[in-house]
Amino acid sequence: MKARVHVTLKNGVLDPQGKAIGHSLNRLGFAEVGDVRQGKFIELELAETDATKARARLDEMCRKLLANTVIENYSIELVG
Amino acid sequence: MKAAVLVFPGSNREVDVAQAIELVTGRKPQMVWHGDGDFEKTDLIVVPGGFSYGDYLRCGAMAAQSPVMAEVKRRANQGVPVLAICNGFQIVTEAGLLPGTLMRNAHLKFVCRDVHLKVETSQSLFTNRYQADQVIRIPVAHAEGNYFASEDTLKQLEDRGQVAFRYCAPDGAVDAGGNPNGSIRNIAGVFNETKTVMGLMPHPENAVEPMFGGCDGRALFEGLVDALS
Repeated sequence: MKARVHVTLKNGVLDPQGKAIGHSLNRLGFAEVGDVRQGKFIELELAETDATKARARLDEMCRKLLANTVIENYSIELVG
Repeated sequence: MKAAVLVFPGSNREVDVAQAIELVTGRKPQMVWHGDGDFEKTDLIVVPGGFSYGDYLRCGAMAAQSPVMAEVKRRANQGVPVLAICNGFQIVTEAGLLPGTLMRNAHLKFVCRDVHLKVETSQSLFTNRYQADQVIRIPVAHAEGNYFASEDTLKQLEDRGQVAFRYCAPDGAVDAGGNPNGSIRNIAGVFNETKTVMGLMPHPENAVEPMFGGCDGRALFEGLVDALS
């Protein structure tokens, strides 16, 4: 089973990197771009076949290592 | 005072801090490799600066899960003092020994220069040789020193006197001009609730000898010797 984890900054946490990306896109002529938020995408191969168990383990992985819950949210997606 | 200095792959200030400790104690600290789950008992544990594990995932995130940090957490919970500097500060926040976290500098640039700090309290192992509201000058060198914590955590830090140092102007004014990285409320260093763990972004170990531009960091180490010898 494969899992995809998205880690994003919480609302209200300033994202200067996202801002810089937005400014660059504007400079390149993409005037339609407003607010930009940057995050992380992590893909994991799992030996687990039970979706419920996999989700519980992934939740633990996110809390223990993959995300810093002081400033970040995470979402888990199971694929195949 | 017997001290241990941790060494991770990518640490780079461990020798600086070891020299600062030797300068004030006359003895070399024990250097402890990140894979060592056990080490000699010491009066102080120092988590030094650098780029542990290449700053992969988040600064300090990998180092916080290393075998040596499990032991440091155990000892810190028993009251063994821990001094965490720069990347060390990032590591101990990731390990849950100190509240909050260190984010990318607000201006996105690496900042490497002397800064002024206001000492918030002299009532700690780490700051007893300073006076409250004293302004000191020591260097910073980091790209991720932008301290952040939730409003609830900040309130608790302020109410319990857990802010150790704030960035300030040379005259002691705590304002945006004296803030090198965007840290919330100009926070440069914090204590845990028992004030036995302190983390700070600036490098006191690089301000201990006059020929290197200032000695304002030396009192931190001398104060530890007073308290722990």
